[in-house]
Amino acid sequence: MSATQEPVKSGAAGAAVFAGSDSRRYNYYDPKGRKATHYEDMTVDVQPDPKRYLLQDWIISFADGTPTYYEGWTQLKSSDWHKYRAVDQEWERTHYQRQSTIVGMLKNVIENGRRSGAPARFDKAWVKVLQDHLGAYKHAEFGLGTSTMQAQRYGYTQMINNAILTNSSYKLRFAQDLTLYLGEIALDIEGFDLDSGKTHWLEDPIWQGTRKSIETIMGATDYLEQYFATNVIFEPLIGELFRSGFVMQMAAAQNDFISPAIVSAAEGDYERNLANTVELFSMLVQDQQHGEKNRQILVNWAQTHGALAVEAANQLQPIWSQPRVKVAQFADAFDQAKNRLRAIAAEIGFDVRPIIGG
Amino acid sequence: MPDGLTLNKIVAQRGISIGEATRRVADLGWTPSYVQEAMTFPTDYKIKKSPRDPMKQVLRSYFPMQEEKDNRVYGALDAALRGDMFRNVEPRWVEWMKLFLAIIPFPEISAARSMAMVGRLAPGEELRTGFAMQMVDEFRHSTIQMNLKKWYMENYIDPAGFDITEAAFGRCYATTIGRQFAEGFVTGDAITSANVYLTVVAETAFTNTLFVAMPSEAARNGDYALPTVFLSVQSDESRHIGNGHSLLMSLINDPDNHQLLERDLKYAFWQNHAIVDAAVGTIVEYGTTNRDKNKESYAELWHRWIYEDYYRTYMLPLEKYGIKIHHDDVGAAWDRMVKKNYVHLTAQFFSVGWPVNFWRIEAQTEKDFEWFEHKYPGWYAEFGDYWKWYAKLSTPGEKAILFNGDVGYSYPHRCWSCMVPCLIREDFCCDEVDGQIYTYCSEICRWTHKTAFAAEYEGRPTPAMGRFSGRREWETCYDGWDVADAIKDLGFVRSDGETLMPQPHLIFDDKKMWKLEHLRGDKLGSPLQAFRKLTPEAREAAVAEYRKGFKINPIH
Repeated sequence: MSATQEPVKSGAAGAAVFAGSDSRRYNYYDPKGRKATHYEDMTVDVQPDPKRYLLQDWIISFADGTPTYYEGWTQLKSSDWHKYRAVDQEWERTHYQRQSTIVGMLKNVIENGRRSGAPARFDKAWVKVLQDHLGAYKHAEFGLGTSTMQAQRYGYTQMINNAILTNSSYKLRFAQDLTLYLGEIALDIEGFDLDSGKTHWLEDPIWQGTRKSIETIMGATDYLEQYFATNVIFEPLIGELFRSGFVMQMAAAQNDFISPAIVSAAEGDYERNLANTVELFSMLVQDQQHGEKNRQILVNWAQTHGALAVEAANQLQPIWSQPRVKVAQFADAFDQAKNRLRAIAAEIGFDVRPIIGG
Repeated sequence: MPDGLTLNKIVAQRGISIGEATRRVADLGWTPSYVQEAMTFPTDYKIKKSPRDPMKQVLRSYFPMQEEKDNRVYGALDAALRGDMFRNVEPRWVEWMKLFLAIIPFPEISAARSMAMVGRLAPGEELRTGFAMQMVDEFRHSTIQMNLKKWYMENYIDPAGFDITEAAFGRCYATTIGRQFAEGFVTGDAITSANVYLTVVAETAFTNTLFVAMPSEAARNGDYALPTVFLSVQSDESRHIGNGHSLLMSLINDPDNHQLLERDLKYAFWQNHAIVDAAVGTIVEYGTTNRDKNKESYAELWHRWIYEDYYRTYMLPLEKYGIKIHHDDVGAAWDRMVKKNYVHLTAQFFSVGWPVNFWRIEAQTEKDFEWFEHKYPGWYAEFGDYWKWYAKLSTPGEKAILFNGDVGYSYPHRCWSCMVPCLIREDFCCDEVDGQIYTYCSEICRWTHKTAFAAEYEGRPTPAMGRFSGRREWETCYDGWDVADAIKDLGFVRSDGETLMPQPHLIFDDKKMWKLEHLRGDKLGSPLQAFRKLTPEAREAAVAEYRKGFKINPIH
């Protein structure tokens, strides 16, 4: 009798007990915690590695022999790239839930604000600030979005690349949030010039330092330098400085309750992106074998991008003088930004004081 | 309430038009003047014309739309469990999902990575939004598929094989085919890989067989989860097809690109056919228990989706731009499907190699024979005895079919290009590249390795083109190994350390399951290594002999 003549009954778990019938967990990797998280199950080892299970090695290479994924795409080194886990634990479902919640919130705030006639009551000087400067800043966010979109190709593990991918998704969404928001309030504010923001981004001396800083990140060929410069340097020194230190503090005093809500979404995004970033770079700085060399590379990157960001921040200073009701000072906001950077650097494990003082 | 008054009318207010919104979003980009964007992914193509975005969607509407799609998917998975889907599911089908779902999440995420490559190459910003959405879509596909696989592992009678899934993906001879597919999306010339191979061919043509034909068959086997997930995945593909076509139209505008486009369309079409039809054709035809003669066979589906839909309505119109379409290749692929038994030979190969799989394959039965003969006349004469042998030798203690000389099966060479074995014996060929001998399943695969993946194409330098690398012949990795040791090394042994993960049947009973001891004593070998050791004359004779094929012995 051949074995296939046996009838098959139920295909459900528990219908029979046999070797392996209770093996109901992914068992090919070590979870970071006591138990594997759903994020880990969705993510770990999907991008293979010859050092783990890739028996036949990468089977296509670039013309110069570089394989499909290559550790040398960053100057930083790790004893085990696979140890990294994104702190925000995002996989597709949580990502769409969060992004969808944000755009729903923004849509409601804008719609209800416009319905109440709020944009027409914005202070006139503030309207010009939104038009020129929030309009210019949206391009910086887009630059970070495209830069991280580029960077997510290079990481040595799925965990690193997916963390950079969601970072890109958040940045690109926020650049569009600002674009659509300004386009919508422009319908209610006579004479609002939607082209002005890009003109300021390209030509206004106030924004040239920021543009140079962004273009330097976009032009970096080391994907972890891009990720580092984005979240460790640019975001605290320029991004948060402008978003929290200016828009969120100033807007209410100019009769604008909408803009802080729009901008707050980016602050929430950044907290997550920052947590992921700090986790990665602190892992690399603490690496037993490569930590010290890695730390030195981070210091070098911090010097390059920090100098540009400090110069850019100082160039932004005149914006704080433009609203009619002045409730925040540039010096205070920039001090806070520098404190923030010092804290982030300390958390990762390098000293940023030679660059920004303090 | 007055007649005609609705909530929408009460709350409606003037907004910006879709056209204006997408125009503003596209205007977010600029030409850098302080530091140029890093151009790290090379291409030999020239892209002078900015591609247009045919979808005109912004992320504000994209995210809620995708969340809604997700809600339906996860709701349906819950409903399937409440409806006790697994009590009625066909194990023959779910077993093949161990292979399919081990493969597919990596090609999906590779497609996300490839958006970095085209996103930076394409001039203008309009299509960058389309690429960004595709990047997030592919992240969705990869992780939603990992979730589906975990769900099968948790609820299906035999989780072994699902539990080692990504480890198996890296090691199995069959998943190599999928790695060739995925690496093809992200390595080498950026346009060749991320535009032509991925979007213009794989997504536009072959996702229909992958994500539409396969879910239909799943439903016929009591699996409602796969259709739920994969039809949702397929709903994203129209955006990707639009991205690919838009970039293609920018490329085609410059006659200087035509030579490369013709090369890449030829390579990409043939290799997609070789890989996808081998894997999906086998799963759809041999993983099913449904033998309704009124349903379309894989060959009929192929004709509808690939020949009628893709070749006639997508490829042929490219001729008006001056692109030479390789009609003969489409005809040759069709002939391989209907005249040369490509899918059936692949299924035969996968089943011969069952000891080194990580899923179960049961024998085809009389009911299956009747359907195959109806759909593919002449099938029984060619494969009937083989499957009877397979059933006979599925009991532990029998000599495994892979090593059983009574059967008459001759183990094939591996194709260095598509990675599928050289199963159509009469088309087998070999060639020398950079001083080394390689084997191929077909003339086009030989051309792909020797001519297309090279530093020069028809006298034109192609410095960006990729190269084939690695230990591409899986058998090389275990040349001379005892098969039992190889299985242990692969990790395809169950938790008791003895029972094999793969089984040639669907009997869930320890007493009927094969263990390492049943296989020990037979050695694996590398056909390529042996072939390379032959003298040129002996090699020529071996090729002639191989092309004659083999005959399965009658079973009594």
